[in-house]
Amino acid sequence: MSDPTRRAAGPAVVPPRLDTVPQADSQRVSPVEGETVFDLRDVDVHYGSFRAVKDVGFTVVKNEITALIGPSGCGKSTLLRSLNRMNDLIPGARVGGLVSYHGKNIYDADVDPVEVRRRIGMVFQKPNPFPKSIFDNVAFGPKVHGASRTERESIVEDSLKKAALWEEVKDDLRKSALTLSGGQQQRLCIARTIAMQPDVVLMDEPCSALDPIATARIEELMVDLAKQFTIVIVTHNMQQAARVSDRTAFFSTEVNETSDIRTGVLVEFDDTQRIFSNPSDERTENYVTGRFG
Amino acid sequence: MTTSPDLAAPPDSGGLPNLRPSSPRYGEKIIFGILAGSAVISVATTVAIVLSLIMPSLDFFRDVSIVEFLTGTEWSAGFQDAQYGVLALLSGTIQVVFYSLLVSIPVGLGVAIYLNEYAPDWVRRAVTPVLEILAGVPTVAIGLWALYALTPIVADLLPFLEWGTYSIGVAGLAVGLMSVPIVSSVSQDALRAVPDSLRQGAFALGSTKREVSIKIAVPAAFSGIVASIILAASRAVGETMIVLMAGGGRPQFTFDPTEPVLAMTSFIGQTATGDIAAGTTTYDTIFAVGLLLFTITLILNMLAIRMVRRFREVYE
Repeated sequence: MSDPTRRAAGPAVVPPRLDTVPQADSQRVSPVEGETVFDLRDVDVHYGSFRAVKDVGFTVVKNEITALIGPSGCGKSTLLRSLNRMNDLIPGARVGGLVSYHGKNIYDADVDPVEVRRRIGMVFQKPNPFPKSIFDNVAFGPKVHGASRTERESIVEDSLKKAALWEEVKDDLRKSALTLSGGQQQRLCIARTIAMQPDVVLMDEPCSALDPIATARIEELMVDLAKQFTIVIVTHNMQQAARVSDRTAFFSTEVNETSDIRTGVLVEFDDTQRIFSNPSDERTENYVTGRFG
Repeated sequence: MTTSPDLAAPPDSGGLPNLRPSSPRYGEKIIFGILAGSAVISVATTVAIVLSLIMPSLDFFRDVSIVEFLTGTEWSAGFQDAQYGVLALLSGTIQVVFYSLLVSIPVGLGVAIYLNEYAPDWVRRAVTPVLEILAGVPTVAIGLWALYALTPIVADLLPFLEWGTYSIGVAGLAVGLMSVPIVSSVSQDALRAVPDSLRQGAFALGSTKREVSIKIAVPAAFSGIVASIILAASRAVGETMIVLMAGGGRPQFTFDPTEPVLAMTSFIGQTATGDIAAGTTTYDTIFAVGLLLFTITLILNMLAIRMVRRFREVYE
């Protein structure tokens, strides 16, 4: 399944990993090691007739954190939502190209989006706990999928521990989740997601509604969770991408001169270290050094 | 820097700027008067109705003990040796409420969940005005329809029961169909107030549409849904024309849906016809029953308002 010579984007020839600065405009990508979870090729996302994202290709490797960065409106959240078919819920949204998940295109006709989302969970920008108790929030997924009462109890405890929330809430499991602070709510949403024992956790700017202390806790948690899960995170915060991610995809927008329509494109995908220290594309460099975006 | 002489404040005697109103602004006062007047009229009407119910009711309770009124099951107002056991009328009202809710809760909730969670936009746009039309059909027309169309249908569907021309069960059924738009529109408002982020969260956990609707949206909208049910109950308590036309006129304490039963509203509608001498006990009876009716609907409406407020507080 995993193919070390597969390029994440662009044509099939893989340049060897270079330590020196490569020639400009070569879409340099490190060869991917480890098991491939997602392999995206020529992915387009349309909303009605509007093409929001075009020709995206990259790979997501097991137990890594892949960060999607880029300026507002570059389609990174749209792309993230196409990885677990959350875009299906938006009328008029269409995904083209290949979103291969362990070798299976999740947009094939025989794929049930409910099954996809059981394996590929999602944490949203704004914490969205259900107006239920802390326990019932975490137990929701397992309950829907038929876990027994005793199973649920151990899953809840286990998930809250993994989400670093157990110590704070273990005596208040019956309290409404809405009484928690924003940072706690977001960790609860992470616990709720990992209670499903997913394969992949998608995170859509999970810290943007949180203060720096809560953000630091979530970041620590992400690094910890990557030991067990594969994580794809959209972030506006470049330091965050630099701190936590293994690989980074930098998106930008292309403006059609005549129609003024903006389309998101993948500019560069590489090891996070390279993206931030030695990017091959000028647009990436401008963005990560703060000259643009 | 130039200052227009028109805009410069004319210094008054003390040299202070003149900040008094430039015109008397009568328009403001007139508008205020009209709006405040409207508020006063509606409050005054309510107070006047309550007072006009209470005064004759007090006369009534001088003749008939309140205990006898509230616990008696025989009703023969207007007859020799009259009995005033309001439970006979209340049993009719309770049956109307019960049978109507039996219809309006499942159908109204089904409509609300379907329209808000399942239906594509064009269906929602087509169905909503139809429901509004149903809500606007005069109850006398529904009463007529219940009497001549619904009763035979019910008799065909449930042939093992003996259905007469008038039955409280059919009246309740018709009131229930009439209340579907009340349940559906208030429930739909409550469902719409549930933030989409909750549905997304549940979908992201691998829930099906049914699980998202039933386990997330409906519980989150619960107080609003309960409010819609209370409003429908209150509407059924107060419904007069349908019950009077299709429910029959026999005051009897029974819970048999096939029987003709005089409900509280139909008693008032039937008796308050102008040929009753003011000041007689029969005359006062109408007001006593009216007061009880008013009290019941007031309590129900207050409950509904509290429920509606609660779901607004959670998400707004």
